Amino acid sequence: MSAVLSLRQVSKVYGAGNAAVHALRQVDLTVDGGELVAVMGPSGSGKSTLLTIAGSLEEPTDGEVLVCGDDVSTMSTDAQARMRRRAIGFVFQDLNLLAGLSAVENVALPLELDGVGARAARAAGMRVLEELGLAERAAAFPDDLSGGERQRVAIARAVVGDRRLLLADEPTGALDSANGEAVMRMLRAACKRGIAGVMVTHDAQLASWADRVVFLRDGRIVDQTASTGPDAMLAGDVAP
Amino acid sequence: MSIRHALLALLAEGSKYGLQLRQEFEARTGEVWPLNVGQVYTTLQRLEREGHVESDETERDGAQRRYRITVGGERELDRWLRTPPGATPPPRDELVIKVQVAVRLPGVDVREILQVHRRRLVEEMQRYTHLKAEADPDDIALGLVVDAELFRLEAVVRWLDAADARLRRLPATPPVAVEAAPSDPARPSGPADREPTESTPAREGARR
Repeated sequence: MSAVLSLRQVSKVYGAGNAAVHALRQVDLTVDGGELVAVMGPSGSGKSTLLTIAGSLEEPTDGEVLVCGDDVSTMSTDAQARMRRRAIGFVFQDLNLLAGLSAVENVALPLELDGVGARAARAAGMRVLEELGLAERAAAFPDDLSGGERQRVAIARAVVGDRRLLLADEPTGALDSANGEAVMRMLRAACKRGIAGVMVTHDAQLASWADRVVFLRDGRIVDQTASTGPDAMLAGDVAP
Repeated sequence: MSIRHALLALLAEGSKYGLQLRQEFEARTGEVWPLNVGQVYTTLQRLEREGHVESDETERDGAQRRYRITVGGERELDRWLRTPPGATPPPRDELVIKVQVAVRLPGVDVREILQVHRRRLVEEMQRYTHLKAEADPDDIALGLVVDAELFRLEAVVRWLDAADARLRRLPATPPVAVEAAPSDPARPSGPADREPTESTPAREGARR
């Protein structure tokens, strides 16, 4: 599997001088297609900054971010936006679906915004809903969906089309454990289809769905679990 | 888990052979709690002596004998379901002791010790969650057992997180003066090491 996301020696400093806050310090992180990586750490450890930098919503102070092998910092603003639209899907705690659009229309929306014809976008939306077991809810409007279903539609929207990278921030939010489990099953299924997933969380149960868990402390990756991902068997990777 | 009551519960569904009871017990508990043959038959004998179960063919051995629950056995099962689980005093938690020791030892990075345990626990949680992820979502028996383990492990991780936060809040001054070793005067000792250090990024760089 090839690397979909590479962070190389990424640092992020907010402010300057005595007031400088080091949100990230020399972070190296590589995530392959098909792999779900959880980034775990307490509040203020740099989790959210890591995610926004990985999604090119923010620029690092230092270091490189490569998405599908391309160095984001060398791209024009337009090219970055295009890459974000086409290659990256975001899932946040309360990512709003548009109330006036059905589930499948919400899922198809990013493709339409990117110039795909309505019919083709809808077909792609339907395909991903089917793959993720939500086909029967395709025509429902967000208000008629349960909290868990809404979050699953948001995941479908994040992985529709040829997206390669899924970035999730506490994706089960305030859902109860049964609904949270359904969301995580789906996130895992999405990654099994070949997409690379990065999920930040402070919740160990959530993190345990990942193939690999990296631990962030004071902006630094201090540890990680042995990988159980697609490459683990091939590489003979075992726990130390 | 009380084997007595698990066997009574299986017999509450209808009469069963000894061997069948053993197989069903293992299947229902997600094969997490294997039983040995002897345990099943000695427990059945005891239940029979107490009048909670009865068997008809006394000349056969336990495996081939057919058992059924009595009215007294049903009453006992109902009583057990409603009784709070063992009110034993809390066990001395080895992890708590280790962390308490680490806090007092000079030259130990307590937060690194916490992280070692956190990683091990999360790895164990990953194994359970992946077991659940690969299993049929309708496998209730497995789901119940795995969830119980996950919540137990999660509680320990949360305790580690709380300990971590507590240690962070403490001032960096050691409660007792510890003399720095003359050979290494620069090395902070004892609880001073609670401050984030740059010395032990256990596995820096997130890919191997």
